[in-house]
Order: sequence, then structure tokens, then C-alpha cells
Amino acid sequence: MLNHSALDLVFQALSDPSRRAMVERLGRGPASVSDLAQPLDMSLPAVMQHLQVLETSGLVRSEKAGRVRMCRIEPKALAAAEGWFTRRRATWERRFDRLEAFLAEEEAQDATQAKSSKPRRRS
Amino acid sequence: MSPAPVQHDTFVIERRLASSPARVFAAFADQKKKARWFGCVDGWEVAQHTLDFRVGGREAWRGGPPGDVPHQNDTYYHDIVPDERIVWSYAMQVGGRRISVSLATLELSADGSGTHMRFIEQGVYLDGYDGLADRERGTKDLLDNLERALREEA
Repeated sequence: MLNHSALDLVFQALSDPSRRAMVERLGRGPASVSDLAQPLDMSLPAVMQHLQVLETSGLVRSEKAGRVRMCRIEPKALAAAEGWFTRRRATWERRFDRLEAFLAEEEAQDATQAKSSKPRRRS
Repeated sequence: MSPAPVQHDTFVIERRLASSPARVFAAFADQKKKARWFGCVDGWEVAQHTLDFRVGGREAWRGGPPGDVPHQNDTYYHDIVPDERIVWSYAMQVGGRRISVSLATLELSADGSGTHMRFIEQGVYLDGYDGLADRERGTKDLLDNLERALREEA
């Protein structure tokens, strides 16, 4: 993405289902990294990577408490993402997700057809 | 309840798509193709979708969650360059209330075997939006949940 405004980073962070799950979990209260990893069936390093994206976006803050890294939601970044016109953007992001899925389906169909009609030339 | 002031917003979405510009363009130009992705939100019913895809042509979309207020989207196509660019404006109404008028630009360019897509929307959001229960799921629900949790925490 070329425009790295704070909101872009928030949307980028929320564009991944695992990260959304982490944010949702943190919405219920602070959690350790292993708490976050547990329902995701994901390695700790992978969770740490997602956490880094969330921290860069400003949505999540984490700090070491003894041997445990505790994560919490950062209300300020969230306030920036709450504006209702951001919902319009979210609507288009989801539309384009569906567009990508549709295009992938078309490509797959073409590939199957090309295989089954190989001896003949398709117009 | 006093009306919310009119607000303006511009946003840009860029994506790299695996399909060719011609194929991506067709997904916007062909009603049957567009119907497969544009308004097919989970569980929503589409009451009407007509598309007259040409400069000066119009598109109408009516639908919404079953039993809920109807959503209405009216589009006018201003500029079309096949496989490269589409410029349109659209007005949205929900339950008969005017919520927004937007100018949208879609730019497509070849990127290897795929497409670099750039979408720019410049919108005016009207007071009809305010006080409107948002029926869309996803990001909105997530943000709502978070907001609630934060309020409880405070």
C-alpha cells in the first residue's frame, strides 16, 4: 500500500483473520502471547509476527511482565478506525475480497476447460 | 436529534490481482459477473440489479438483509476506457434515507501476468447516515465489540 496513513495501517492489520481473532480476544481484556496463540493453532513465532503488525498499526500494545509478554488494546488507534466513513472503505475491501474469489474461480474453470478440450482449439 | 454535519472523505484501495486487466474489467462490465461479487453479502437478498455499462449508462442495485430496510445504490457511468479505467458516481440510500454520494475511480494496469488495481473513492456523507443502525457485518461488528469492551474497561 502506498499511502501509509495511520488508518491504512489499522485496516491492513485487520485484513487478516488471525489478527482479527487476536484483536477480538484482546477486546475481552489483556492477554499473554501464549493466550493469544492457544485458540489459533499457530506457532509462537507466527503469533509474534502478527502481533508485530498489530503493534505497528497502533491497535495493540505489549509489554514484558516478568517472563510473560502481555498484550492489550490501544484505545486511541481504535477511535481513529471507528469513524463511520471507514465502514465504506471496509465495504469495498470486502467487495474486493469477493471479486478476488470470483476471479480465482473463473481462472480455475478456464484451467479445467483448457485441459478437457486440449485436442481442439478453443475460440 | 439534530442532523450530523455533512462529512467528506477520500480513500484509496490498491490491490494486486492474479487475473489480467481484461478479466478484471469484465468483472465490472458484465452484469452477470458483477452480480457474483458486488452485492452478494452473506444472507442478503438482491431485489434488483440492472447494469447498462456504457458512458452515460446507469446501474441500479436494490437489496438488503431479509426483512430489513432496503438498501439502494444508483450509479451513473462517466468514463470508461476498456481494461484501463472506469469512473462512476453513485448515491446510496438506506430505508429511503440518503446516506452518501460518491465519485469512484477504478484504474487497472498490467502487472506481470496480473493486474495492479487502484480504487479511489471521494465521498460526501449526508446526515441520513447518522442514527442509522448499520446492518453490515465484519469490521463494523469487530469495532463495536472492541468499543464496548473498552468502555467497560474504562
